[in-house]
Amino acid sequence: MVDPKFEYLLRLADNALVLSQRLSELCGKGPALEEDMALTNVALDLIGQARFWFTYAGEIEGAGRDEDQLAFLRDAHDFHNLLLVEQPNGSYADTLARQFYFDSWHYLLLEKLVASSDEHIAAIAEKSLKEVRYHLRRSGDLIVRLGDGTDQSHSMMQNAMNDLWMFTDEMFQADAVDQAMVEQGVAPDLASLRAPWIAHVTEIFEDATLQVPPINAWMQKGGKQGVHTESLGYLLAEMQFLPRAYPGAIW
Amino acid sequence: MSKEWPLWEVFIRSQHGLAHKHVGSLHAPDAEMAVNNARDVYTRRNEGISIWVVKAADITASSPDDKSALFEPSNSKVYRHPTFFPMPEEVKNL
Repeated sequence: MVDPKFEYLLRLADNALVLSQRLSELCGKGPALEEDMALTNVALDLIGQARFWFTYAGEIEGAGRDEDQLAFLRDAHDFHNLLLVEQPNGSYADTLARQFYFDSWHYLLLEKLVASSDEHIAAIAEKSLKEVRYHLRRSGDLIVRLGDGTDQSHSMMQNAMNDLWMFTDEMFQADAVDQAMVEQGVAPDLASLRAPWIAHVTEIFEDATLQVPPINAWMQKGGKQGVHTESLGYLLAEMQFLPRAYPGAIW
Repeated sequence: MSKEWPLWEVFIRSQHGLAHKHVGSLHAPDAEMAVNNARDVYTRRNEGISIWVVKAADITASSPDDKSALFEPSNSKVYRHPTFFPMPEEVKNL
C-alpha cells in the first residue's frame, strides 16, 4: 500500500505545480507589465514550494524518484491536485477568481501545517506561508477592485466567481489519506478550514459588492483521487513535453 | 478620464541608514497598488527594506535649459569643497 504521507505530499506538490504552470502560461501576456510581473512572481513562489514538497515526497517514497521525475514523468491520473487549480486561465477575472479561492484555502492550510508533527512539513509550511500571505493579500485586493469597479468588471468578476464555485468544496472534503494524516498529527482536519474560509471569502465579497454563490450548490470532486477535468491533460502535455522528448536534458 | 494608469516613480531603501534611491517607474491606478506593483517589479532580487512611491506628475523638476544658470556658477568656487582637510583613516563613506 502507498504511504498516505507520500500521497498527501504529492497533493500539496501537485497543487503548487499545476497552478504555477497555469500562471506561467500568462508570462508575457498579462494585462499590464506590472500584473505580468506579479503573476510570474506568484508562479515562481509556487514552483519553489512544489520543489520542496516533491523532494520530500521522493524521500518518503524511498524509491529514488527525485522532484523532476515526480513532476514530469507522471500521467494525469497520477496527479492529485485539486480540480480548481487546473482550470484554464479564461479571462483575467477567471484567473483571479481561481487564485483567490485557492489562496484563501492555501493560507489557512499552511497556517495549520506549521504546527505539523512532521518537522520537515512544518518547516516548508512556515517558509511558504510568508509567500502565500502576500498572494492572498494581492488576490483579495484585486477581487475588491474589480468587483467594486465598473459595471463590466463587476459582472465579469461575479460570473467568474460563480463558474469556479463548484470546484471549491473539494478543498474541504477529507478522504482516507487526509484522515490518516490527521491521526498522525501531520495535517489539520480539512473540514475545520471551511468556516474560516467561508468567513474570509464572504468578507472580501462584501467589500467587492459581490454575491457569495449558494453554499449548498452542487460540487465537483475527484482531483485528489486522480480523476481530473479534461484541461489537465493539455496542461501536462505542454509542461512535460521537453523532459519526455529529451530525457535527461539539462539547461 | 484617461484609460492609462498614472505613472509613479519608485524609491527603494536597500538597507537601514541609507537613503531611498530612485530605481525606476511603473503604472498603477492608485498609491496602494503602486506599492504592491513596486514590490513585484523592483524587489524581486532582495533589493529593499522600504518602498516609497510618488506620482510622477507631483514631481517638479528643474529644466535642462536652466543648467548654466543653476549649476555653472558653483564650478569656480573651489573653496566650497571640504577637500583641504586630511581625513582620518577610520572614517569611511564620507
